[in-house]
Amino acid sequence: MAKTVTARAALDRGGLTDDQLIAMLWNMLLQRQLDNRGFQLNRQGKIPFALGSEGHEALQAGAAMAFARGVDILVPYYRDLGLVLGVGITPLDLLTNMFAREADLSGGRQFPNHYTARDRGVVSISSIIAAHCTHAAGIAYALTYTGESGRAVLCTTGEGSTSQGEWHEAINFSAIHKLPIVFLVENNGWAISTPQSAQMAIRDVADKASGYGLPGMICDGTDPVATYRTMKVAMERARSGGGPTLVEAKCYRFLSHSTDDDDRVYRDRETLAEQRADDPLPKYERVLLEAGIIDDAGLTAMKADVLKQTNTATDEAEALPYPSVDDMTTHVYAGAAYEPWLE
Amino acid sequence: MSSTIQPAETAAASTLITNVEAVRLALHDAMVADERVLILGEDVGVRGNVFLITTGFLEEFGAKRVIDMPLAEASIVGIAVGMAMQGLRPIAEIQFADFIYPAFNQIVGEAAKTRYRSNGDYSCPLVIRTPYGGGVHGALSHSISIEALFYHVPGLKIVAPSTPRDIKGLLTAAIEDPDPVLFLEHKKTYRSVRGDVPEGHFTIPIGKADVKKTGTQATVVSYGYNLHQALDAAAQLETEGISVEVIDLRSIRPMDKTAILTSVRKTRKLLIIHEDNKFGGIGAEISAMVSEEALFDLDAPIRRLCGPDVPAMGYAQPLEEAFMISTERMRAAMQELVQF
Repeated sequence: MAKTVTARAALDRGGLTDDQLIAMLWNMLLQRQLDNRGFQLNRQGKIPFALGSEGHEALQAGAAMAFARGVDILVPYYRDLGLVLGVGITPLDLLTNMFAREADLSGGRQFPNHYTARDRGVVSISSIIAAHCTHAAGIAYALTYTGESGRAVLCTTGEGSTSQGEWHEAINFSAIHKLPIVFLVENNGWAISTPQSAQMAIRDVADKASGYGLPGMICDGTDPVATYRTMKVAMERARSGGGPTLVEAKCYRFLSHSTDDDDRVYRDRETLAEQRADDPLPKYERVLLEAGIIDDAGLTAMKADVLKQTNTATDEAEALPYPSVDDMTTHVYAGAAYEPWLE
Repeated sequence: MSSTIQPAETAAASTLITNVEAVRLALHDAMVADERVLILGEDVGVRGNVFLITTGFLEEFGAKRVIDMPLAEASIVGIAVGMAMQGLRPIAEIQFADFIYPAFNQIVGEAAKTRYRSNGDYSCPLVIRTPYGGGVHGALSHSISIEALFYHVPGLKIVAPSTPRDIKGLLTAAIEDPDPVLFLEHKKTYRSVRGDVPEGHFTIPIGKADVKKTGTQATVVSYGYNLHQALDAAAQLETEGISVEVIDLRSIRPMDKTAILTSVRKTRKLLIIHEDNKFGGIGAEISAMVSEEALFDLDAPIRRLCGPDVPAMGYAQPLEEAFMISTERMRAAMQELVQF
């Protein structure tokens, strides 16, 4: 037993400090709690819809750690709850979005998990798969154009998005112009009910990079340190003018696609149970416990704090007012006018 | 096509330029005036655009500002959307309007909704320029009109000017506009229409129509190549003592309600002419608006003279001519309406 502990003490921490390793655990615990809160609120009839990111926690914590706040730009997709938390979106922002309140960053217009926060470098997205990838390439081009070196764009998708033409178009353009961008594919093996085998004939999405002349990297998306290490290389390459990288993080999707989906229809429980046994969250807890970076009491206190913060944010958000219907016609164009007829 | 907006005898020949030259002039002035402006599209660089609109731009402004794009329309617009969200003023070119379909989502689903879905956090100051329209032996995929596919979309502006002055003023306005603008250029007018353009910087407000010919007995609303034919037809009728007012719509969204109603209330008769097919076209919306606002000011049913409801324009000359509305048909329709 002691031997194991010694081995763990030599943990490859990817250059991260204890505080950073703990910050990733905090992020993972918080995203799982908030993720589950969305499903709970939906089942309670309090919110119409929720999307789950459960199973993606480790890679999102690691990717967020490689993201330079105030410098880099995130163009996320809708299963990035932990990533947006990791770059500065707050639990209250998330709950306000779930409850579609006036104070929501989109003013109660957008679905859950569709954020916008220019001040934190988070770009507004739609639900159209991979449509944001070309935006990310355009943003990366603009950074280069205006000579803003040292900044990178992080564009995330699921593996299903890699079937879309625009994903390929964005990667191709980024490679041609050597843009400061990282395309992170969070490969959980499922696009709603469609397994990866029906999405592509290859095992590794990263292989798609070779056709476009950029590096493709694979990391264990159930390990935050491994993901961080890979993402750090990719993001620094982007920031230093080395061009784009495609990173594939292999992970799981433990929940149904959304609260409107029922994955029992299309995937067997046994495989899911096997995957659950490899749950990245308890796995990372064990790593930090065995390395002595956190102890049982500290972990228990952290979980209690995460729950408390989630409850507080839930209560606060629920108490907020809905948007005024008068706001419906704002921001159609710049200025107040929106009618198609000019008088 | 011989129509010129400025009669040759009242303007020095040297000040007359064609529509295609007006596009080039507006783009050039904008590139000189604002470093945030850049052009991206297929063959816009070395080739100088297939209509030679950007000839010399690559040498003058460099490859960073005049971008020869991979042959993929969705990303031409999508990448421009990203640039616009990041504060640049991109001008995306779709080589022919017929090729715009792959970019449909980027225009309708993304550019037009960026400001709204982000509650004003992001905007999309983007111009999408594209040559449209038939009569140039373009067949199925180089002839279409696309305005009706897009004018249903809130968040988007659509402009379709027909004269050099309007093109220069409206393209400059579109580039300076804080929201996405679809800028339509009828290619049959590119080199057949000439007119004068004021020196220096000027804009024409998006959404304002222009009375190109005053008259008293009927109002014709049109735009694009048809506008010039309608002016020719109206001029012919004038010699026969028939007075028709011709309004150049210029902007399709927003559209100038005041100009249309003012004219219709005066002439009490309305004919809408467009090359795009009739069903669900721009004329349907104008007709509905006038019916709602001014039905009892009318002395005749509203008439529409439009392209046929077939999928596309044929390549064979008789098929193309049958699709395009002749000046003679316009003249007959005007005459008939006035005599109603």
